[in-house]
Amino acid sequence: MNSPIELQPDETFILNVGPQHPATHGVLRVKMEMNGEYIVEAETVIGYIHRMHEKMGEIKTYPQFLMNLSRMDYLGALGYSHGHVLLVEKASGIEVPERAEYIRAIMVELNRIASHLFWFGAFVMDLGGFSPLMYALQDREHILDMLERVTGSRLTYCYFRFGGLYNDIDDEFISSARRFIPRMRKSLKKYHRLVTGNIIFRKRLEGIAPLSQEMCRKYGASSAVARGSGINFDVRKNEPYSVYPEFNFDVPVFHECDSLARYNVRMEEMEQSLRIIEQGLDKLPEGPIMPAKKPKLIKPPAGDYYQAVETARGSFGIRLVSDGDKTPYRLKLRSPTYSNMHLFDEACRGMMIMDALAFMGSLDLVIPEIDR
Amino acid sequence: MILEKTKLALQNLFPALETKEALTEDTSKEQDKKTQKEPRQNGLLQRDYSVHGYHLDAQVAADQLIEAITILDEAKYFIESITGVDWIKEDQLEVIYDFSRYDFDLCRVVIRTRVDRKKPIVPSITGIYAGANWHERETHDFFGIKFTGHPHLIPLLLPEDADFHPLLKDFKA
Repeated sequence: MNSPIELQPDETFILNVGPQHPATHGVLRVKMEMNGEYIVEAETVIGYIHRMHEKMGEIKTYPQFLMNLSRMDYLGALGYSHGHVLLVEKASGIEVPERAEYIRAIMVELNRIASHLFWFGAFVMDLGGFSPLMYALQDREHILDMLERVTGSRLTYCYFRFGGLYNDIDDEFISSARRFIPRMRKSLKKYHRLVTGNIIFRKRLEGIAPLSQEMCRKYGASSAVARGSGINFDVRKNEPYSVYPEFNFDVPVFHECDSLARYNVRMEEMEQSLRIIEQGLDKLPEGPIMPAKKPKLIKPPAGDYYQAVETARGSFGIRLVSDGDKTPYRLKLRSPTYSNMHLFDEACRGMMIMDALAFMGSLDLVIPEIDR
Repeated sequence: MILEKTKLALQNLFPALETKEALTEDTSKEQDKKTQKEPRQNGLLQRDYSVHGYHLDAQVAADQLIEAITILDEAKYFIESITGVDWIKEDQLEVIYDFSRYDFDLCRVVIRTRVDRKKPIVPSITGIYAGANWHERETHDFFGIKFTGHPHLIPLLLPEDADFHPLLKDFKA
């Protein structure tokens, strides 16, 4: 009576991964058609935590919408706010003091390291190693403490204002950031010793889930997904904005196209972010953090504006269609993981399920950012 | 320069404008003022990158869309996003396609097309850019624009039984 179900050699079955599954890092569902352990066809179902930020953008005034940006990607929120303020400043012609731009860049890079650290821990945990997460969270905690002192919050920052910042940084922040840099470098070495060389870890990633450059282009992939496939694309370099041209940093590019290459890109990026922070602290000019002259009511002239920035997850684009009113006529948020996740369906065909889950981890997903 | 190349290739789509140069920013500003009253005519504009954040802005007819996107595909552009705008006063819906490049020859291209608000039908570009799939589904969710030839045009972000389009200006929750 309780005999096991026997499948015919070519018979497939449907497997639902999610919507509540630890490997998906949020409420994401993948409907997989399986042949044994191999994926025949996969369909990603998103939208479980869709909040219609774009409609809120049309209803709220420009300053009211500031806090929405940090509720998209809760791990690297500052990068998104950066894109938004740059766009509105560009559209309405607000000058930003140099000091404010430097502080923005420092904060965004700190946030990027925090985001990558969390990804690192969660990714290794997906593959079955628990302790790296604890080490990574410990380092991330230092960053969150620093950011909390200045911005007032730990995750959902509302720190950038049109024209500048909400709060200036002080000597204590600068000295804690300076202390953090060598400590983080030491930790990175530790991570490489602990994880990168591990043979089990490498066997799970090497040669797995190759993404061709053509595929990246057709889907509009960015961040480590593109850079792990040998595409030298980083908005900070390709389309310089803010004060990034002032900094000397490299864009890590790996040509292996596999999951390990994407891992290597992010690990190397943390070091590059540290370099930017170091230079930012050295070059930090004195001066005000808000412009002297700033319109009381922000009303960008009618037109169509676009701004792209490199967030921790890739190229984030934001489009504003203004009709000269105090609320945007249309605000479009182009989230990077939306495009990165989209190629999962095509790329995971014929893959084994545990490889597919490792591949999903290497995409660095944050679901609220996909669903918006 | 890829900017010049793309400009020439896109200009071929508008035979009426062939003799004229693409409008530069000075003239397009006047054009902008005009467009507040009447919808913009199809054509190619070269925008000031430091103000708008993109270089080329082409408005094409819906049946020229595939041709325009193919030009960009052949020139190795990657797809950034697809979105819509509801111009309720002009009784039109606009679909906006963003493209950019992976190399350092920076050139952002915006392709837009306007369709009748009561009959919003646009050809799907999923045959050219597979990544357009989700973007088109999302635009269908929010604006009710139908992409003919789309393989799987069901709600993506909205609930699966959603029959409303929240970004239309006359949408009431």
